[in-house]
Amino acid sequence: MDQIQSVPKELVAARAGHALSTLQTSRHTALVRATHWITALSFLALLLSGIEILISHPRFYWGENGNVLTPALFQLPIPSSRPLVATGYGYVLPDQNGWSRYLHFQAAWFAALAGLVYVTSGFLSGHFRKNLLLHGEDFSWRALGASIASHLRFERPRGTEAWSYNPLQRLSYLFVIFALFPLIIWTGLAMSPAFTSAFPSSVTLLDGRQSARTLHFFVAVALLLFFMVHVGMVFIAGFRVRMRAMITGRTDGSREDA
Amino acid sequence: MTDLSRRKLIKTGLSTATGIAGLGVAAGLAKNHGLIPPDGSGIWGVGETLNYATYRLLTKHSMAREFPRSEISATPLANDIAPPSDAFKKLQEGGFADWRLTVEGMVDRPGIFSLEQLKTYPARSQVTQLACEEGWSYVAEWTGVLLSHVLEVAGIQPQARYVVYFSIEPDWWDSIDMIDALHPQTYLAYGMNGGDLSVGNGGPLRMRVPRQLGYKNVKFINRLVVTDDLSKFGKGLGSASPEGGYAWYAGI
Repeated sequence: MDQIQSVPKELVAARAGHALSTLQTSRHTALVRATHWITALSFLALLLSGIEILISHPRFYWGENGNVLTPALFQLPIPSSRPLVATGYGYVLPDQNGWSRYLHFQAAWFAALAGLVYVTSGFLSGHFRKNLLLHGEDFSWRALGASIASHLRFERPRGTEAWSYNPLQRLSYLFVIFALFPLIIWTGLAMSPAFTSAFPSSVTLLDGRQSARTLHFFVAVALLLFFMVHVGMVFIAGFRVRMRAMITGRTDGSREDA
Repeated sequence: MTDLSRRKLIKTGLSTATGIAGLGVAAGLAKNHGLIPPDGSGIWGVGETLNYATYRLLTKHSMAREFPRSEISATPLANDIAPPSDAFKKLQEGGFADWRLTVEGMVDRPGIFSLEQLKTYPARSQVTQLACEEGWSYVAEWTGVLLSHVLEVAGIQPQARYVVYFSIEPDWWDSIDMIDALHPQTYLAYGMNGGDLSVGNGGPLRMRVPRQLGYKNVKFINRLVVTDDLSKFGKGLGSASPEGGYAWYAGI
């Protein structure tokens, strides 16, 4: 199986001044690319259907109990698809929960299975160790500071960055893969009366069903923020090159550097 | 063609073939073990089948969470329902003395039960949560008779696979498999929080299936049909919910 390379020899040659306009090399493995796009599509489906389900009750609570007769922790200032919820808007949106719930769970299955394949192979192939874990000098505040500064200047990645992730990027990916995704799955399952019958602590540890729902919302917001920054960074780094790398696996070092 | 790409091609081909064969075997096994829900075909079939099959394998004997009485909600929301039919209003005027539950289908002793009769059977109470698919919830104490007790009185036949239950209100019906129907927390509830079950909360008789969401807990139950084949009911999708776009299985 082809792995993401550390800096390939060709690039070193290119940077040494040799013209290598036809340099093509493997950026992402087929498995990473496939699971990336399945997750991306599933995420968009989950986001859309999640918003639809949310507007049927845009109020949030803590603990076990929560309905329109109990005070809300907070309420989103949006219209609702249920007449039951007082929103201040003079209209009720159409009910979209049927297909949204079907889509939400189907997409969740695809995302979770793709995630399982990705994480298993990431450990087995050394993808996490080689490409995502911080190494040696990355741990210094200076390296992190430099990474943050270059992000704040909206600099395009140069040289070796076309083949590897910078420290800030590694930290964000690790956080999304090992914190946000497990949390969104956990808080989602903690709302299932069947799942919690088999694993009651999944919901009692979160302080109840309504707490799980509120946390599910906040984790979803965090994932949405990551998604927006991620897509924004792809544009800054070079949309065509990055998209090609994630779709075909190939990247073109000389152009990236340009 | 280089050795590497040939090896890759063979590997990809083999794993694809294995995957497809595996899916075929899994689908066959799922069908034989009753793991396919009645709305398990169409574009949402994959997700629905995975939901239901996982639940069936994982939660056959699990118990819905029960709560101490101190957790009972002060606001057990009676959500909006369509205005009751004339038939319902007439029974309501008579204090539901003439309310009848018909039990038919694959039973040895089909019968008609009054509320008084149902109340002579051992009463059970449970403090469980009612959670709506919209997101809201409340905890309440429900009192009633075990569905399994009523089915036992009627004598279910061995080939029975589902219990279909109907509201007195038109086009409001649902069904559960025998594992849920015989589950020790599945009630025909007639009481809530120490009093009679209010009309707003589904009185005089409501199906309580606490391992599934609110909409499986159909209000105003007046008929049960035990069957081995859901295709004979409505559009064959198992309940009125899929006909309105909602999943038959509502454990998630």
